[in-house]
Parts: sequence; structure tokens; C-alpha cells
Amino acid sequence: MIEAELGRCVAAWYPGATGVTGAAKLSGGASQETWTFDIVHPSGNVGAILRRAPPGYGASPGRAAGLDAEATLMQLAHDAGLPSPRVMHVLKPEDELGTGFIMQRIEGETIARKILRDEQFAPARPMLARQLGGVVAGIHGLPAAKLPKLREMTATKEIADLDREYRSFGRPRPVFELALRWLRERDPGPSKEVTLVHGDFRHGNLIIGPDGVRAVLDWELAHFGDPMEDLGWICVNSWRFGEIDKPVGGFGSREDLFAGYEAAGRKADPDRVMFWEVMGTLRWGIMCCGMMQRFRQGPDHSMERAMIGRRSSETEIDLLRLLAPRGK
Amino acid sequence: MQDEPTPTELIKAVADFLRNEITPAIKGHNAFKLRVAINGLDLVTRQLALEGDSDSAEAARLKQLLGIDGALVDLNRALSDKIANGEVDLQTPGLADHLWQTTMDKLAVDQPNYASYKRELGNK
Repeated sequence: MIEAELGRCVAAWYPGATGVTGAAKLSGGASQETWTFDIVHPSGNVGAILRRAPPGYGASPGRAAGLDAEATLMQLAHDAGLPSPRVMHVLKPEDELGTGFIMQRIEGETIARKILRDEQFAPARPMLARQLGGVVAGIHGLPAAKLPKLREMTATKEIADLDREYRSFGRPRPVFELALRWLRERDPGPSKEVTLVHGDFRHGNLIIGPDGVRAVLDWELAHFGDPMEDLGWICVNSWRFGEIDKPVGGFGSREDLFAGYEAAGRKADPDRVMFWEVMGTLRWGIMCCGMMQRFRQGPDHSMERAMIGRRSSETEIDLLRLLAPRGK
Repeated sequence: MQDEPTPTELIKAVADFLRNEITPAIKGHNAFKLRVAINGLDLVTRQLALEGDSDSAEAARLKQLLGIDGALVDLNRALSDKIANGEVDLQTPGLADHLWQTTMDKLAVDQPNYASYKRELGNK
């Protein structure tokens, strides 16, 4: 049982801790898991999250920053005053828990449909876009000297990666071809400014409360690149969950997002953001096709994956709305 | 000749059973998975009803656009190649209309409740 190892681990660095309770797995594939648990302490239990690759799963897949880098980035964000959990402990071999880290658990909601529909989030919704603009500006401004080693991406490399992945599926999709061609013709070249990019800044990776954004999670896809990528990705229609007239996560306007970004001392480039929105829409479409491949080839032969494969057509209609809008 | 009920009728009956009798009895993550399962069955019945007509209309448009005949997947491959190498683009008469019609027909099967699709249905 994982509680025994966690209890021993926590006792070694949390003064007064007597063990852990309520450990439950929140998500996880074969190589990476997230667990929630409470640290038992005489002055009251403390909520914590374990993010780890279990023993025997060391290396992270191609694009992933790696759990050590994720821990460093979260701690840097926390130290910079950004909404981010405090990292409590980075796992050591003697913990016998694999590789990864333990962080503070932050209460709140990550499920988009609840954030967009539930009454308790009504006060947060109108201010979220501006707030997230400020948060993502803070991420882009994290001190370069302290950042871990990460892959460096450009628009050109991203287009080439998407092209290669799409062609590996061996099934023709004229709308994706049109999008690839559109992106190539408008590739803005290397960004004048290269910063830390979160890489997956969207619903699901943001903890929201009635008071607004409480934490940014999941730095797995963090890299160096064009900061406008993060602003484009959060505008992708797939993250609007039906609220298609509110481009930022289904709750706000691009203008509010940019205003928050600029109030934090950075400049948004709307044309480049739009370019990255098209790229992001295509990226999600290709990821859906990838789910279908993984369903077919296994080992995760799940019905959910199969059905996500049938969502790639959603990105085709969104690409057409962006690239070939019809007259009213 | 196979006997009746038809595949569509059978799948509908199974989906309705799961929806009406099993759903109320299932909680937690399995309730989510059950919803996904019912969505999958509903998708299959939509495809069985719509695919024949939409495939033949798509093939007819592709023949017109490309000036060649062949299996649907080969026609799509030929169109994809022409888009990739720039031989046809959004200025080419009929291309945008073809891509729109084909995509709308896919959404009618995959996700008829998708907000972009519903907007475009009223926006023809």
C-alpha cells in the first residue's frame, strides 16, 4: 500500500507528521501518476499531492519536460508570487516511491463545464481572462537564469512535428492539409523574444475558485519558445466547451486577456496569437487522431480513447471557421 | 439475406436499455464511462443512417474537383496531395464548399451537438 511508503517519506521532512491518510489515485497512465493524500499532523491534517513516475519508470516521453523540471518550475512560479502550489518535497531514491515530487494541495475546480456553468463561479468568470493574462505574463517573465533545461521550439519546428505526426497516421485529411499549408505560408519565423512557455495553459490545468485562478498545474509540456503560443492555445475553440463566442476558455475575450498581459508589462501580438490558435486547433485535432491510433495499437484499448478519435472532426470545423469562414 | 431486426434497430434498443435502465443505477467514474458508451452507440446509428448518402455526395464532388474517379479514400488522398503542393487552394472554385460540406456531414455523425456545428447549420 502506498500509504506506508508515503508515511515514512513524509515523517522524514515534515516536522511532527505522524503518517498519511486517505491516499487515492487521481489519474495516471502506466508511466505517470497523480495521488492525493493528507499528511496527518497533531495541529490538523495537511492536503498534499504526489506526482510521480512509479519505480521502474524513469525516463519521460519525448516532449515531456520531466518531473524534476516540473518541480523546479512550480517552485519558481510559487516564489514569483504566481498562483502555484508550493513544492514540499522532491522524491529521493530512499523514499522508494519512484521519481517525482510532493506538493501542497490547492482546493478548487478544474472541470471546465462546472467552471463555465456553476453559480458559485459566476463572480470569477468575468475577471478570469484578464487575470490569466497577468498570470501567463508572469510565467513568461520568470528569471531565465534559474530555469531548468528544456527543449526549444519554434513555429517552424512545431509545423514540422505536426506534419510528421499527421502523415504517420496514413489517412488523408484535406482540412488538415489546408491548415498545414496555411501555417507554412504564414510561419512568422523565429520569435524575436524567446521565453519560458507553459505549453498547456488551458482548462483542466487551472484550479479555479469563486475568487478566480488559484493555481496553474501540469508543466509537463513546458519549453522555450514564442510566448504568444500560450495565448493562442488558451483561445483554441476546443477549450470553450460550447461558449464559442468567448474565445478565452469560454469565459472571456481576447481583449481582456491581452489587457491583463499588458498590465503586467508585456506586449501581446494579436496576429501571432491567431497564428498559434490555428496551430493549436490543428495540434488538438492531430492529438485526437493519435488517441485513435493508440486505441487501435494498444495497450490502452479503451472505449474513451476510441471516442476521442471521433472528436478530430470538431477541430476540422473550427479550422474551417478560422481559415475559410462562410458568409452570414 | 439476414433477418431482422436491423443493426440500427438492435443498437438503438441496446442504447435505450443502457440509457433508461442502467444509467440510474450507476455512480462515479463508471457513470461517466457509461455515458461515453451510449454516445458511441448513438454515433454508430447516426453513421449507419447517414454515411451512404454523404459518401456518395462526397465522391461526386471529388470527381468533379479532381477530374478523376476512384475509391473515396484514394480521391481524398489525391485532393490532400494537391492541397499540400499548392495545386489547389481556397481560391479554387468549389474547394471551400466541398470541404465545408464534407466536414458538416462528418459532424452530423460525430458530434451533432458541437456548438460550432450548430452555429454553422443556421448559417448556411
